[in-house]
Amino acid sequence: MSASAAAHRDLPRIYHKVGSLRAERRWALWTSYASLVVAAVIFLAPPFYMLITSLKTNAEMADLSGNPWLIREVTFEHYAAILGNELFLGFFWNSIKVTVLVVAITMAISVLAAFALSRMRFWGSQALATGVFLTYLVPDTLLFIPLYQIVGGLGLLNSTWGLLLVYPTLTVPFCTWIMIGYFASIPKELDEAALIDGATWTQMLLKIFVPVALPGIIAATIFAFTVSWAAFVYPTAFITTPDEMPLTIGVVSQLVRGDTFAWGQIMAGALLAALPPVVVYAFLMDYYIAGLTAGATKG
Amino acid sequence: MAQVSLRSLVKEYDGGVQAVKGIDLEIADHEFVVLVGPSGCGKTTTLRMIAGLEEITRGEIAIGGTVVNDIPPRDRDIAMVFQNYALYPHMTVFDNMAFGLLLRKFPREEIRRRVDEAARILDIASLLDRKPKALSGGQRQRVAMGRAIVRNPKVFLFDEPLSNLDAKLRVQMRTEIKKVHQTVKTTTVYVTHDQVEAMTLADRVVVMNHGVIEQVGPPQELYHRPATRFVAGFIGSPAMNFIPARLEAASGALNLHLPGGIVLPVPEERTGRYEAAKGREVLFGIRPEHLTERREGRATYAEIEITPEVIEPMGMETLVHFHLDGARDLCARLDPTVPAAPGAPIRLTADLANMHLLDPQSGRVL
Repeated sequence: MSASAAAHRDLPRIYHKVGSLRAERRWALWTSYASLVVAAVIFLAPPFYMLITSLKTNAEMADLSGNPWLIREVTFEHYAAILGNELFLGFFWNSIKVTVLVVAITMAISVLAAFALSRMRFWGSQALATGVFLTYLVPDTLLFIPLYQIVGGLGLLNSTWGLLLVYPTLTVPFCTWIMIGYFASIPKELDEAALIDGATWTQMLLKIFVPVALPGIIAATIFAFTVSWAAFVYPTAFITTPDEMPLTIGVVSQLVRGDTFAWGQIMAGALLAALPPVVVYAFLMDYYIAGLTAGATKG
Repeated sequence: MAQVSLRSLVKEYDGGVQAVKGIDLEIADHEFVVLVGPSGCGKTTTLRMIAGLEEITRGEIAIGGTVVNDIPPRDRDIAMVFQNYALYPHMTVFDNMAFGLLLRKFPREEIRRRVDEAARILDIASLLDRKPKALSGGQRQRVAMGRAIVRNPKVFLFDEPLSNLDAKLRVQMRTEIKKVHQTVKTTTVYVTHDQVEAMTLADRVVVMNHGVIEQVGPPQELYHRPATRFVAGFIGSPAMNFIPARLEAASGALNLHLPGGIVLPVPEERTGRYEAAKGREVLFGIRPEHLTERREGRATYAEIEITPEVIEPMGMETLVHFHLDGARDLCARLDPTVPAAPGAPIRLTADLANMHLLDPQSGRVL
């Protein structure tokens, strides 16, 4: 009797607990939405401002009387001007050329390096793996001075080909690090099975590791793409001729004449420059998220 | 011809830790040998050395008469089934099974024929187009076996292949593995920590402990004539009971004096064997099934009174756990119809024809 009475007394407390859990959950949900909205506003405000500025006429930009976040008269003249500008198209082509080649070089080096460092246990492999990551911690603002000497010594200053040499110093360490982590997550039995099945190291890499680690490879590709597309310090230091400039420095150096800023064109150019990474992300995100290792081993 | 020979095999890791301490083993052609032992006994290391996945520190391994110490795994003509299946996740079942043959440049039709044949043996013909993630644990294990079968290797190596399966499936797959071996008759080395698997599958069981072989023999021999205390305690479930005792002479015969004043007469046919241990402390070993409800009719039957602590009705039998002075965790196997209750003393019959006496120091069976 007394036991059941005690149980009854406990009941409301149990319900109360459930209620409070629900309230806690709702509170967590609201705070996360609120923080996400704040973050989205902070991150999206600049591109939005770029967009509306690029669609305004020069007169409207100069007129400070109205709300700067609104457009009175939409114009595409800046886009037309920039797309008709051969110099800008040259910047675009340089950026594409450098980025595609840098991504290819980076992935070739980092996939091979990561495979060796994570799977072929050799003397010093652990220290090397850590060393690779440590080089990533040296900022490019420090590296560009010695690199200037090297690139200059090779006679590659003022050439997009020089960039192919220096960009991988930014991308290879981090991509190798990502790939080491990804390869390490592939069960050891998988390569042992391949070894017993008769695979050589190269076959194992190409037929087992690369397909299984595709999400990791795509993550590394996205990183290499973003870094080399957006690189600013190195081209600023090494490139001075407009013909060889990539977009990042081309837009700011050629569209600013003394203290005259062609704001409309700068914004249109910057937005167009931001387009390829957005497209790449949109295409590769699904692969990136897909967990391909499911089912390899027990799970 | 694919006998496997291990000669003075040693595996030493950095820092001098010896995982395998010089084992010798001859595995005959077509034989199914199971390496069994607790974790860390060196069984998996031994298997991996046979596979070529682990370097051999000293000694040698020969497969089919050829020493393979310096031959890479792919040239040893072996196939291995891993505990966690190790299927290639991005390939279909067919491609998983065909991978080894493709690398060896077999013609397409031959690959197709072999995969179909293995799929038929393993009953996975309907799964050939699926990816591993769309398979259940048991199906994945079958595919892993199929990958081994299609290669038609000299030796199959199994590394605890059933450990990840649930109990029911494990029993089913055990039968399956035995059936496959009866069909393809490939020399097989199978590693497990499960003594039931070892007993049911093996032509010969190799019991390992601390990097050495304790005993090698057919399952029944290991069960009935264990050589050491470790083997006696490891093989059989529930484990053999060990009770400290003293062997005393009594008018031409031998008596075992157990704690609590229990005296058991050593059967006549054993007196000669134990003569040398007369007057010494020994360990009396008896399996739970030889410690049963009261019976009469044989000269080797002796009675012991015990007080059950825990009763475990198993359906076909009832396990009674009890202790004697100086010996804990003892177990008797009773007919389920025999009434037994915790705390109520009952009389049991020990069949001394099946007893073992062990030297408590060396652990050897006398």
